[in-house]
Amino acid sequence: MTRKFALMTCFIFGLVMFVQYFSNHPTAKLLNQSILEYWQIIFAFTLIVGIAGFIMNSVRELREGESKIYKLASLGGLILMPLLAMIWGIKADTPFTWIFENVQVPLQATVFSLLAFFVASASFRGFRARSIPAGILLASAIIILISRSSIPGFQFDFLTDFANWLRSNPAMAARRGILIGIGLGSVTTSLRVILGIERTWLGGK
Amino acid sequence: MLSILVLTSTNVSYFNVDKLPLFIVSLVTIAIVLYTTYHKKSRDKYQMRKIGGLGAIEDAIGRATEMARPVLFTPGWGGDIQRPTTIAALNFLSNIAAKTAQYDCQLIFPTHDPVIMTVAQEVIKESYINAGYPDRYKESDICYVSSTQFGYAAAVDGMVSRIKPASIFLLGTFEAESLILAETGNSIGAIQIAGTDSTIQLSFFIVACDFTLIGEELFAASGYLSGDRSIMASVRAQDILKIIIIVFLLVATILVTYQSFFEADLFGWWKF
Repeated sequence: MTRKFALMTCFIFGLVMFVQYFSNHPTAKLLNQSILEYWQIIFAFTLIVGIAGFIMNSVRELREGESKIYKLASLGGLILMPLLAMIWGIKADTPFTWIFENVQVPLQATVFSLLAFFVASASFRGFRARSIPAGILLASAIIILISRSSIPGFQFDFLTDFANWLRSNPAMAARRGILIGIGLGSVTTSLRVILGIERTWLGGK
Repeated sequence: MLSILVLTSTNVSYFNVDKLPLFIVSLVTIAIVLYTTYHKKSRDKYQMRKIGGLGAIEDAIGRATEMARPVLFTPGWGGDIQRPTTIAALNFLSNIAAKTAQYDCQLIFPTHDPVIMTVAQEVIKESYINAGYPDRYKESDICYVSSTQFGYAAAVDGMVSRIKPASIFLLGTFEAESLILAETGNSIGAIQIAGTDSTIQLSFFIVACDFTLIGEELFAASGYLSGDRSIMASVRAQDILKIIIIVFLLVATILVTYQSFFEADLFGWWKF
């Protein structure tokens, strides 16, 4: 019975959202708006569940003595930031903004900058010319790299044109082929779920 | 609700005529999906080709069980529960959870979205119950970490470095964090199976992961893994739609070429 109810709810809401998309009647727009507002309410409640779970996991791991320093830092941040926001607000020149700009933003930038090193190590593995396709990939990468580099005294007009051709023709053709596959996959997966053909998310029964 | 009832009496057309072509395409798509799914002959005959990444799942979970290390599954930072890729990833997760329940292998699921976390908890719980091992389900293993992109990347990276899972599944919508996660997984020697709807991130996964599900392979996974004939048959709808698109592209190419040679606008009807 619970499963049938879940399937029916999914079907009705899927159908309603499908139909309202093709209508420009104010009722359809209002319905869409209302559903999106309800979605925000659901998100807020699940956020409470998520944060409660995060606190419980962190406290349990602290008790067990696992990765203590990380758990203390994350719990400290979780408690401190809302407290600062509630006491001094979140405008400029408040402790909340100062911590955000001088701790959180640099920390996020640090994680993002790791990407440069990871791109280098992944490229080193990816561009090994062990076969003909890998050799073509390596040659294309070198051409693109040189065409995008600026070396004083050298002009790479021909290479730039060729690199642009590579990006807009063979690379784009392959990319669009994959994108068509992804688009069709998305459509059929959504239809399978709405029509109740796909029940894996309900445990497969 | 009252405002909805009041607005129903206003005198505005119910159907947006500008969206008619899209409406027809949607109906054709629905008809093809229904036909392939419920037409018995077409359903029974249909076979799916072997997909390397999906065939390796059993090995990946078996390896984690033998090494007594957990399996980590994360759906990426880029998507929410409304995205079909996230739904496909959760269908995939259901099959993985059934196997980890059977093998008594720990399954960790960190996510950036509390709604995905709640749905994943239910999906995994159902799989554990259906596999006959509800006692092996641990709710705390399916956790929300952070909503910020690099906060999420740092949290999952930290988990991978400390817990050292034997197998990592990166399936869902990924953005810049894809390579950070995949390279960290690669550095600890985990078997990695990845799939995403972002073509930019796919290239990162191809170099950093052992198996990558490209394009529609991620969406076909649940049928392939569960062996459900109805789901497998509905995947055939994708092939039929692909043929229609190819024919449409060929016809459009011929018409555009003809038009550019003869400077005639006789065939503008096909442009929606």
